[in-house]
Amino acid sequence: MVEKERVLKINKKFQIFAYAYLLFLYLPVLLLPIFAFNDSTIISFPLNSFTFKWFAGLTEETYLHESLKNSLFVAISTSILSTCLGILASRASARYEFFGKKSILSFLILPLFLPEIIVGVALLVVLMQLGLALTLWTVILGHTLICTPFSIAILNSAFANMDMSLEEASLDLGETRFGTFKRVILPMVTPGLISSILICFTISLDEFIIAFFLTGTETTLPVYIWGQLRFPAKLPGVMALGFLMLLLSLLLLSLFEYFRRRTNRVIDDQVNLEFGNLFKS
Amino acid sequence: MKELDKEVTKNNIVELNEVFKHFGEIAALDGVSAQISEGEFFSLLGPSGCGKTTLLRLIAGFEEPTKGTISIDNSPMFKVEANKRPTNMVFQSYAIFPHLNVEENVGYGLIRLNLGKEETSRRVDEMLQLVDLEGYNSRPAHALSGGQRQRVALARSLIMKPKVLLLDEPLSSLDKNLREQMQVELRNLQRTVGITFILVTHDQEEALTMSDRIAVMFDGKIIQIATPQELYSRPISKRVASFIGEMNFIEGQLLIDEKGKTSVEAGILGKMDVNRDQIAVPLDSGLVTIGIRPEMMSLLFEERDRTEFEIGGVIKESAYFGDMTYYTVEVSGLNSPLTISMRNTSGRRILENGESARIGWGSESLVILNKT
Amino acid sequence: MDRAISLFDTDSKRGLSLIGLPFGFSLLLLAAPLILIFFLGFWKQDYLILERSFSLDNYIEAWTEPMYRDLMLRSLGISASVTFATVLLAYPMAYFISFHGGNRKALWLFLVTIPFWTSYLLRVFLWKVILGYNGVLNSLLDWLGLIEEPLTFILYNANAVVITLTHAWAPFAILPIYVALEKIDRSYLEAATDLGDGPLKRFFRITLPLSMTGVVGAALIIFIPTIGDYVTPKLVGGKDGLMIANMIQVQFMKANNAPLGASLAVSAMGIVTMISVIFLTFNRRWLRKRGS
Repeated sequence: MVEKERVLKINKKFQIFAYAYLLFLYLPVLLLPIFAFNDSTIISFPLNSFTFKWFAGLTEETYLHESLKNSLFVAISTSILSTCLGILASRASARYEFFGKKSILSFLILPLFLPEIIVGVALLVVLMQLGLALTLWTVILGHTLICTPFSIAILNSAFANMDMSLEEASLDLGETRFGTFKRVILPMVTPGLISSILICFTISLDEFIIAFFLTGTETTLPVYIWGQLRFPAKLPGVMALGFLMLLLSLLLLSLFEYFRRRTNRVIDDQVNLEFGNLFKS
Repeated sequence: MKELDKEVTKNNIVELNEVFKHFGEIAALDGVSAQISEGEFFSLLGPSGCGKTTLLRLIAGFEEPTKGTISIDNSPMFKVEANKRPTNMVFQSYAIFPHLNVEENVGYGLIRLNLGKEETSRRVDEMLQLVDLEGYNSRPAHALSGGQRQRVALARSLIMKPKVLLLDEPLSSLDKNLREQMQVELRNLQRTVGITFILVTHDQEEALTMSDRIAVMFDGKIIQIATPQELYSRPISKRVASFIGEMNFIEGQLLIDEKGKTSVEAGILGKMDVNRDQIAVPLDSGLVTIGIRPEMMSLLFEERDRTEFEIGGVIKESAYFGDMTYYTVEVSGLNSPLTISMRNTSGRRILENGESARIGWGSESLVILNKT
Repeated sequence: MDRAISLFDTDSKRGLSLIGLPFGFSLLLLAAPLILIFFLGFWKQDYLILERSFSLDNYIEAWTEPMYRDLMLRSLGISASVTFATVLLAYPMAYFISFHGGNRKALWLFLVTIPFWTSYLLRVFLWKVILGYNGVLNSLLDWLGLIEEPLTFILYNANAVVITLTHAWAPFAILPIYVALEKIDRSYLEAATDLGDGPLKRFFRITLPLSMTGVVGAALIIFIPTIGDYVTPKLVGGKDGLMIANMIQVQFMKANNAPLGASLAVSAMGIVTMISVIFLTFNRRWLRKRGS
């Protein structure tokens, strides 16, 4: 009994710490809605009355609409491109042994460990040297580079957890390789694909540094926000925008969570495992 | 022996000719040749790592041999992919598609044949009936028990009407009772459909009860191909003999007289005549090993019990198995004690350790094997 | 089965042909740029014209000029502090989730990750709001009567950068450590207890060494990228909290001295890589000593 009580006491201490840490993590997020609905141009306490006007104001910002459109275009293209690259890489990694496999895969997830400014600067230099104009496509290329590691991580376990005899069974029953991919492999990794698309979409939508270096005249949403942060009068509007983006992220995240759980009935904490697998080497 | 000749004249459905398979440095198959007849229940038996599964996968077309040829139904299978071969496989894991239900699993291969909805579902129903799963059509894959999964896997393969059905340790994941029941069912199913079955197993009992013929494999080679009875009573080496059940080994000398009559001399056991078909070694071998199964020897309980040969010994140990008792009997003059199994019939008592006993046997149950 | 891999067997061919595209993409967009930026550091720029003659001047300037050296050292100090603080805070959290999370593990992990789906820029900006002179923290402390004057050492300096980044990188530490802890077979712990270890001894002898892979992973994935953080120092660092990335940005975008910017970037990367390698080696040696 004494032992049990002690365990409970330790548990309690951990719990207090956990909640305190959680508060630290949520502090800025909790402020977002507060200032988004606060009727004052100054972002500080004490609060004024409740208002929706900052949200209403967003509808008149044409720059915002432009950059939102640009960001959506970038994020959608990025999520599709990196997921395609992710499919190829993780399928190769899960299914085949080949020359230089480990080095190639480590190289592919290298962007995860690089400071984004290095990636941004390096790409900028290449584009300048090649004399290419900076467009949304250059941003997409940069984003695809940094999103692919995440896609590989998510899809890797989706592919690796697939029993190889399922593919063989399909071939054995007369199906072609392509048919097997369509009828067995794809349906089984679809939840993983959707997760990958959602995660890459979210990362791209929020990415600032690379976009900052690689955008030309068309800006993305974070670059637009960065510009707004300099004007105190614009800040409440930015808070409102941030709140809406948070809601969108939460929606996407819930969708992601839903598909993650469907990816594999056997694997529960899949994403976390995937994440952990990145560090195995 | 006549019957065997008839078997041989049957059509060979699978022919393996000097098949080698290397994985890098490792030789998984080291020159395998065999003919498997139409309608036969053929087993590949061996310890894990002996190459039996590799051989099955080569026949299925999942791997190409490094050297040698495989033909199925008289056509060479060189570079023929698994989906073009007249074989189907029941996987060890069963490989039931988890995203499909029973009906979709069983009908998986029919889709490509474009039979139409009605014909497809008719054939699926027919198959489900054959494997005793009627009414399970819309059951999802994850809701199936081990035995049911196996039936689905069988149905899914048999519906393709393969020339050869390949089974990779299909019973290994079932518990003992279900396994014994499935052994009978599988055997009956094979007789019903008349398709050649090639079964891979490491379980000698399973191979003995189910097969028409068994190929014993060690280290990437087929060591012996024989019917179950022949394999059990006439193993060709000590290794085969001890893999298929238990056997006593006694050192001896192989003798042949001027008339060509063969016999063995085994020290204290004396000289025993043996027939040519009991001898698995060249006649001029000299020193040999004499093998005899524990149940082919008996302890002579009654004074009046008589056998062709007998010798005295002392019980060293007994192990009671319910229906049988295994005795370890020390015989002075022999290097190692003999193992003898006796059926526990009514009125027969279990001998105590240290009791002396008479051991009896007949020369027809001996096999003459290589010394090593 | 153990297979020797040659370039030419079918497996190898299929694998390489699949991975070829992503690999090519990365070669083109990552390897080539990184190599180019390495060489760029040896060149010179006169306004917008690049002069491609080899010279060590930029690297010499990057390493000797006191301003750059101070900036570099401060950046390293901030990165190291952030790494240390984040891992220190994340470890008990991960431990709590893994060992005391019960059947709510997934929920806890979900809760931990949610804040990070708020726009990164806004998160950093909101820290400015929290830490500012009239900010949330000072208002709260004042209201509680704990302070007379607002605290000023928490904004527009390195402290603010460390606090903000410690917040920003939390999940990158929690997740790998959590995964490492999850992989520990609980019977090891029972065995240790059975052999007479108390909870604390058991933690240092079993749990910590076995979860070290997660800690190392977390440390690396935080330490290396934070050296290049641009937004946080710019928003909350003030003059005294600026980091090397801000200078790189200035050289590239404002001063039109891309070669110097490149040499700063390459130097920064070189230093963090070296520190990481040393860190890994020491850690490996420590673990081996523990093991024997």
